[in-house]
Amino acid sequence: MTVNTMSSHEVTRKIVQKETLFILDVRNEDAFADWKIEGANFDYLNIPYFELLDGVEEIIEKLPADKEILVVCAKEGSSVMVAEMLSEEGWTVSYLQGGMKAWSEHLEPVKVGDLRDGGEVYQFVRIGKGCLSYMVISNGEAAVIDATRMTDIFTDFAASKGVKITNVFDTHLHADHISGGRKIAEQTGAMYWLPPKDAEEVTFTYAALEDGTVVTIGNTAIDIHALYSPGHTIGSTSFIVEEKFLLSGDILFIDSIGRPDLAGKAEDWVGDLRESLYSRYRELSGELVVLPAHFMIMDELNEDGSVSEQLGTLFKKNHGLKMEDEEKFRKLVTENLPPQPNAYQEIRKINMGKIMPAEEEQREMEIGPNRCAVR
Amino acid sequence: MDVNKVLDAKGLACPMPIVKTKKAMNDLEAGQILEVHATDKGSKSDLTAWAKSGGHELIKDTEENDVLKFWIKKG
Repeated sequence: MTVNTMSSHEVTRKIVQKETLFILDVRNEDAFADWKIEGANFDYLNIPYFELLDGVEEIIEKLPADKEILVVCAKEGSSVMVAEMLSEEGWTVSYLQGGMKAWSEHLEPVKVGDLRDGGEVYQFVRIGKGCLSYMVISNGEAAVIDATRMTDIFTDFAASKGVKITNVFDTHLHADHISGGRKIAEQTGAMYWLPPKDAEEVTFTYAALEDGTVVTIGNTAIDIHALYSPGHTIGSTSFIVEEKFLLSGDILFIDSIGRPDLAGKAEDWVGDLRESLYSRYRELSGELVVLPAHFMIMDELNEDGSVSEQLGTLFKKNHGLKMEDEEKFRKLVTENLPPQPNAYQEIRKINMGKIMPAEEEQREMEIGPNRCAVR
Repeated sequence: MDVNKVLDAKGLACPMPIVKTKKAMNDLEAGQILEVHATDKGSKSDLTAWAKSGGHELIKDTEENDVLKFWIKKG
């Protein structure tokens, strides 16, 4: 039987279309427990590849005959070995191209809306890690918001659309992933904007993003209004694009809210978080479409694979927005928090420009889910 | 520490460091020690888990200049 390859893009389509898939994950049990490919109709068997060196007989009875099987490992090598062993036993299976490393880096662009005069907003879904980046396009120009380390995706996408990237933003100093913002700005000559309160220790120059800053993209005035909304970090800033979209950064997600502890100041920032979510956001139109910087679970994906919801709906449905009791709210966001993202302190330093590890090391640091939210 | 055999798995990608370690281990007697050199960062967690599941003892491991070294006592 043949061994097929499956790309991260193909796995993403299966998640979005809620197809079935049987994942034979041959990584360590710890790695599997920490982070895996999630799908509503996916089934799993985790058995480390080194348990299968003498043969795959012991797992064959656990494999389904009626489902597509995908073998997954960290970097592809072991999944190829196991897939070939299964193939020799007469099974037709696929392995994940590039393994979880490729899965972590895969971005899927999805259009999330139109702006006036032909402007568009695209969301880049980092499906494996739950990070969301954005590109706002208008009249030959583009703004990139919360870009990931895989900067080619954004510059290539802009080139394919025939637009020039003129402004690059980070809503805050990220702790879960390495920002590609500065690199894109350097490559394209675009302005790189950061909230100054998050940028006190950065080693490079940037444009200060203050509450009320308005940046125009293209010459038909697609305005991006900055709204200071601290809480996840002290500088966290949201953007309102053409009175239609609210880019909420790591303050508000679809089914969760931002955690205030990743810079080590949960107790100090909990009041800011409360103020941002319960006062500043309340004053905004409920018709704004919220576009967050993360998602946590695949249930937060819309049918087209995008992640968005009207602010008014979130006020009704998001548990984190409905806690009238301030003390309960404080407890929710400061106690029993999920584990912190992998290597988050080093990642913060990279984003400040203080350290610059080799690419392979950066990749390792980003392994795992984003963990920026509390539910 | 009396090392009975040294395995150079530097430059090899997963799964080869473990495949070679397992093979080298077959040539040893229980209680003997295998020293493994590897550069694949994933070998640390994988060798640790493999040794445990195979009843071997990972006595010591070090990392110097990007080379990971392991000393495994055959169980």
